Amino acid sequence: MTSPDPASTRMAEQQPLLICEHCDTVYRRRELCCGEVARCLRCDAILERHHRLGVGGMFALVVTAMLVFVQANVWPIVTLGLNGQLISTTLWGAIIMMWREHSQIVSVLAAATLFFFPLCKMSLLGWVLFFAQRGQRAPGFRQAMVALHRVGPWTMSEVFVLGALVAIVKARVYFDVILNPGIFAYAALTLLITVFASIDLRRLWELVPETPA
Amino acid sequence: MSADLPRADELGLIGCHVCGLVCRDTGAEHAHCPRCHSSLHRRKTASYSRTWALLIAAFIFYIPANVLPIMRTASVGDIDDNTILSGVIELWVKGSPDLAVIVFTASIMVPVLKFLALVTLLWSSHRASPWARRQRSKLYRLVELIGYWSMLDVFVVALLTALVQFGVLSLVEPLPGVVFFGLTVVLTMFASMSFDPRLIWDGRESDD
Ligand SMILES: [Zn+2]
Repeated sequence: MTSPDPASTRMAEQQPLLICEHCDTVYRRRELCCGEVARCLRCDAILERHHRLGVGGMFALVVTAMLVFVQANVWPIVTLGLNGQLISTTLWGAIIMMWREHSQIVSVLAAATLFFFPLCKMSLLGWVLFFAQRGQRAPGFRQAMVALHRVGPWTMSEVFVLGALVAIVKARVYFDVILNPGIFAYAALTLLITVFASIDLRRLWELVPETPA
Repeated sequence: MSADLPRADELGLIGCHVCGLVCRDTGAEHAHCPRCHSSLHRRKTASYSRTWALLIAAFIFYIPANVLPIMRTASVGDIDDNTILSGVIELWVKGSPDLAVIVFTASIMVPVLKFLALVTLLWSSHRASPWARRQRSKLYRLVELIGYWSMLDVFVVALLTALVQFGVLSLVEPLPGVVFFGLTVVLTMFASMSFDPRLIWDGRESDD
């Protein structure tokens, strides 16, 4: 037998059960009140949290994050001044420079964790939420949700903001440093991403009912 | 108190690793989650051996990451190769001790603590030790939470390299240490992902 009998696996689905991801303890699900957080009695992991934001709110958040993301990538991050000369860089400037300076691995890492994965995460989330808002399952909902699960830990924009701060302080020793809008956009993005992180994506599976094909 | 809480394994249930759906364990070899079609596992596959392998690989990379310089700063005839540690010291001396502490924590303490934490988790879970299970669970969540902050220095080098292209007066150049460091971070992240925290609670016979 290669796959389980759908009828018997689905039986478990009907019961409002919840399994702690960290220790395998089974709980009966309970609706949470506003701001409530359910914790595992055995291992203290967070099981579920009530989120104030509805689907519409989450969608608005994603759209905002995407706009900020565009700005963070288009605008220069910092400008250095030396003897009247000004030089500035964007994120892509840094990535391309690393590639040229024979650190291709670093440049690929930076491009993936600071550009492609965050972009992927926001577009997939935006796609799923756009349809969820109208009570529909987005085309490719399942693939999008699985991809979101995989991409999750690989977005590092918040680390980049701290890195930029350290780089600025180091550069201050030799140059005049001027902060550009890009770095502020990144700081804003960091805040938005922190809000994202608290959204329980798994809830979307239940929120949007399966539409019969 | 927690002894009488039922575990999915005992009830013949499996929680899907990807979407969290509670499924019945049919005992089939290649079961798939009916909701997200990911393969269902009681525990992450070959968790111990995969985590050990990734951790050892990460540790091997961590040696050149610290010994080799990660960045060269050159100003008028004065070439300065910085390793991670000397970069921290420089930051401290040049007047930003608070940032020096942050970089030290992210680049040196976090990776070392991550190695120690994962080795402790692997070792104690393998022996089915009942010791401090709750704390070990928290330790695992901490490892997952802080792991990627170690990328800090990698981004610093990338940004500085891009910024300082004057050439005439001073330049910044990335050196191989930064590549090893980046690889260490990625490998430790994979290592913590392949560890299954449920193993902490899988006692030999009974739970407590
Ligand atoms: Zn738990």
